[in-house]
Amino acid sequence: MLATHQIKLMKYVDEYRDARRVKQLAEAIRRKTTRPWNLMEVCGGQTHAILRFGLDRLLPPEIRLIHGPGCPVCVTPIEIIDQAVAIARRPEVIFCSFGDMLRVPGSENDLLSVKSEGGDLRVVYSPMDAVALAGDHADREVVFFAIGFETTAPAVAMAIAQADRLALANFSVLVSHVLVPPAIRAVLDSPGNVVQGFLAAGHVCTVMGTRQYEPIAQQYGVPIVVTGFEALDILQGVAMCVDQLEQGRAEVEIQYTRCVRPEGNRAALAQVEKVFQTAGRKWRGIGQIPDSGLSLRADYARFDAAARFRVEGMQADEPAVCLAGAVLQGHKRPDECPAFGTECTPENPLGAPMVSAEGACAAYYRYRRQKK
Amino acid sequence: MCLAVPGRVIKIYEKDDLPMGKVDFGGLSKEICLAYTPEVRPGDYVLVHVGFAINTIDEAEAKEVFSLLEQLAEAAGEKSTES
Repeated sequence: MLATHQIKLMKYVDEYRDARRVKQLAEAIRRKTTRPWNLMEVCGGQTHAILRFGLDRLLPPEIRLIHGPGCPVCVTPIEIIDQAVAIARRPEVIFCSFGDMLRVPGSENDLLSVKSEGGDLRVVYSPMDAVALAGDHADREVVFFAIGFETTAPAVAMAIAQADRLALANFSVLVSHVLVPPAIRAVLDSPGNVVQGFLAAGHVCTVMGTRQYEPIAQQYGVPIVVTGFEALDILQGVAMCVDQLEQGRAEVEIQYTRCVRPEGNRAALAQVEKVFQTAGRKWRGIGQIPDSGLSLRADYARFDAAARFRVEGMQADEPAVCLAGAVLQGHKRPDECPAFGTECTPENPLGAPMVSAEGACAAYYRYRRQKK
Repeated sequence: MCLAVPGRVIKIYEKDDLPMGKVDFGGLSKEICLAYTPEVRPGDYVLVHVGFAINTIDEAEAKEVFSLLEQLAEAAGEKSTES
């Protein structure tokens, strides 16, 4: 079940997948669990690790892992995809995106179909690659599709600042950045919420730190354990969360101490603060969440692709059959959706969670389809 | 989307006024922006996301999980054979 096939060992990765230690830790969790607890792992990367390593099956039956909304690809609203498609179709545009976004369905098309129609769509590894393209193609408009959580925002903020320094008038960004703490509050506020403790996303907190989680833990009485992404990290996060629940504590703790400091990364946060401001955002499947995203500050508003290409007004409705909203809030498991694996597959996705490498539906399709 | 990978900084230099570095990921090296980890030195490990080091990796803290596991094993009366 555990990956042992890597050709070269990766420091800080492989030692956290040690099968013997994974079993020891699962056994320790079994011993300390006296009653049922529902935990939500917030990040889609953690969801994939849990299913890939079969960690949920190693846990005692009392522990239920609920998969959270931490997949930026999955929560990007359908109208933003439509805006991206409209911009990418323009002949003067080189549209740059992370690969995950290409197959996310808009109301009629996805970005990949624009490429097949002859649009100039480039998959980039970093937003800085888009800045370099803008420098190399002064006669074209280079647009970067800026999606992601707190983890990704500093990279985009630096790319915009760099385009500003280099006076690149042909660079702009379609911004759809979202923030994790407001989403955790939305899950806790939703009627029928059953989540009693959170494994918070380690890489988000590497950037933002843990301070914003303190009032959530106190106000809602839920333990929040900032957790890493390897098998041992996740099980240790579960163990720490169960300890708190069994002892009646509701605190913010850090499991992923090798990367996360309570204050976060100050240089990264300062750059984000300089370029972006907090704004209300719509989340696909969930709806509008106040102060849950980022928009460009006035000083950088000229880099706003939505305004530059006049696509801000576009509106769209999500397909009714898709249960993505319920899945993203942990109310439904992906394989409880009637369309799962039939009408909706990674080759022909109805909703974004079936597309993304971090979407819960894609994880179930890849690792758990035989159970259906 | 928030995938971040640990890598070892091999070389540090400047490019277009930004601190950059060559970072090794288990044999594959890439140019990474080090603007958010000004304290980093060659030989240090950093956590890399979309071309940026988002933090340094703390070696001592990285070992914590293993010492905790040894304690758990001892508490359970098992004798662990690995360090």
